[in-house]
Amino acid sequence: MTKFIIRRLLQTIPVLIGVSILVFSLMYLIPGDPAQMIAGEAASPQTVEQIREKLGLNEPPPKQYLKYMSNIIQGDLGNSIRSGRPVADEIKARFWVTVELSFYATILAVFIGLIAGIVSAVKHYTWSDVTIMIVALFGLSMPNFWFGLMLIQWFAIGSWMPDWMPQMRASGWGDDWKQVILPVVTLGTGGAAIIARMTRASMLEVVGQDYIRTARAKGMGERVVIYRHALKNALIPVITVVGLEFGGFLGGAVLTETIFAINGMGRLTIDAIRTRDFPIVQGTVLIISFLFVFVNLLVDISYRLLNKRIDLN
Amino acid sequence: MVQQSPVAGTIRKPVNPRVESYKNLWRRLRKNKAAVVGGLLILVFLVAGIIGPYLTTQDPNLPQISIKLQGPSAEHWFGTDNYGRDIFTRIIHGMGITMTVGFFSVALGGIIGVFLGIVSGYYGGKLDTVIMRIMDILLAFPGILLALAIVSVLGGSLTNLIIAVGVFSVPAFARIVRGSTLSVRRLEYIDAVKALGASDARIIFKHILPNVMSPIIVQLTLRIATAVLTASGLSFLGLGAPPPTPEWGAMLSEGRAYMQQAPHLVLFPGLMIVLFVLAFNIFGDGLRDALDPKMNK
Repeated sequence: MTKFIIRRLLQTIPVLIGVSILVFSLMYLIPGDPAQMIAGEAASPQTVEQIREKLGLNEPPPKQYLKYMSNIIQGDLGNSIRSGRPVADEIKARFWVTVELSFYATILAVFIGLIAGIVSAVKHYTWSDVTIMIVALFGLSMPNFWFGLMLIQWFAIGSWMPDWMPQMRASGWGDDWKQVILPVVTLGTGGAAIIARMTRASMLEVVGQDYIRTARAKGMGERVVIYRHALKNALIPVITVVGLEFGGFLGGAVLTETIFAINGMGRLTIDAIRTRDFPIVQGTVLIISFLFVFVNLLVDISYRLLNKRIDLN
Repeated sequence: MVQQSPVAGTIRKPVNPRVESYKNLWRRLRKNKAAVVGGLLILVFLVAGIIGPYLTTQDPNLPQISIKLQGPSAEHWFGTDNYGRDIFTRIIHGMGITMTVGFFSVALGGIIGVFLGIVSGYYGGKLDTVIMRIMDILLAFPGILLALAIVSVLGGSLTNLIIAVGVFSVPAFARIVRGSTLSVRRLEYIDAVKALGASDARIIFKHILPNVMSPIIVQLTLRIATAVLTASGLSFLGLGAPPPTPEWGAMLSEGRAYMQQAPHLVLFPGLMIVLFVLAFNIFGDGLRDALDPKMNK
């Protein structure tokens, strides 16, 4: 197991380097001169040249990348063009908001998804199954930003239940737990649909296996067969999806945070794109991706821990 | 080859296995009610997207302030927006844009992804490792983030949206096609054509590609759904086509400011996205069921 963890850890290094190269190269895809952009349109050529010199833009790209990387390792992600503050500080203030939002959305998605998936599989080909799967298909097909707006319309500003739930959040997470509900539901619904479908498929596959037939032949109750024998094994592949969903939520938070005016990393990214504050865009994209790689690493390790069959093979 | 029928005196027509397998697929697909509904919906969208703009009587971009923010009526089925433009007309005109973005981005991602997947699976070795590690890197950007990063540097336009969403689709195709290629490559008939001296290109295009088409077709359908969701999300954020293009995501974004007075500004474009994506999702699911060998048993 330790060997596996070390190997898996080593495998993430090239991915992290690749991600950093890609994020670094974003700067070169921008039309125009980055130094000019930082200095502003009205800046004199001398100022632009000074900035270029300061940022090392006159150096060859590989050398620039190495400098960029060594700065990242030291926690320096550059400075925001707009505020002049270090990007790392800007992100630090918002990092936990996004992580918390994604975390709650994952819990909601897992909770609803698992229950719906299990019910669907246990009662497969009945009306409950068909209804759950249709709802899941809708959940899968719905843009979460539209769903969020509809929730605001219904529960916060509209005529159905006006002001039932506060939807605006000035900064970070406040004391009012109600504020968390709408964004979390918005973000988590699509994931719940995916987990429900995955759980159902996985359960149905397990239920068809020999050991389940043996358990039934031994005269075990249906409840014991399903919950003690089938579910345990059916949940193993679902874990991978949960990890991916958490990552998806980190990315999807860009839209949810914009709709609910939540000051997380997603909204910071969008604001930075609008003001062409590229160091911030680079920083947030890099941090979210690194976090995603890390979560996937944890998922892989827990998958390995739970799935004994891999060891046997 | 003409086969002699067991019934003396009659001659059976030669059977083309590929045509037969498509016929089988069609038969199974027709039996799947959800797939039929999805397919019909896609057909309706296609027809409405192509000929709809010629049938609408109103200009999708002409402001008529005197009738702004009107609710649904016989004259304006989906109401009017903040500039008095007919929302139904804009939705019909936007259908073509949604389809263009969906189809072209998936075509772009599909072509690159399938090529990389086949090359990776067929040649294996270092090339496989390099290609798959690059795919891992692209997959390390969760959700909409990769497309967002690309479109943020390229700037907001329909073409850039297609490029961004296309690149976002590449790894999904590459991974699936690589897996299928690996299993097909090991089959004996590939060794046989190799022994006959067929070139790599011939083996790839004539013998491997047709046999990995099933997962590609399913993936193409499902990815159109994902692509449309991603593209509408980016347009919602203002990173798609510039106004007044009647792109559904952009319409949602514009309507957001008037949600309290006129919720229909947000309701209808959103519902259209849901229906469009749903159609491709259920058709894709049906296709997968029809093409899955496990389901054929």
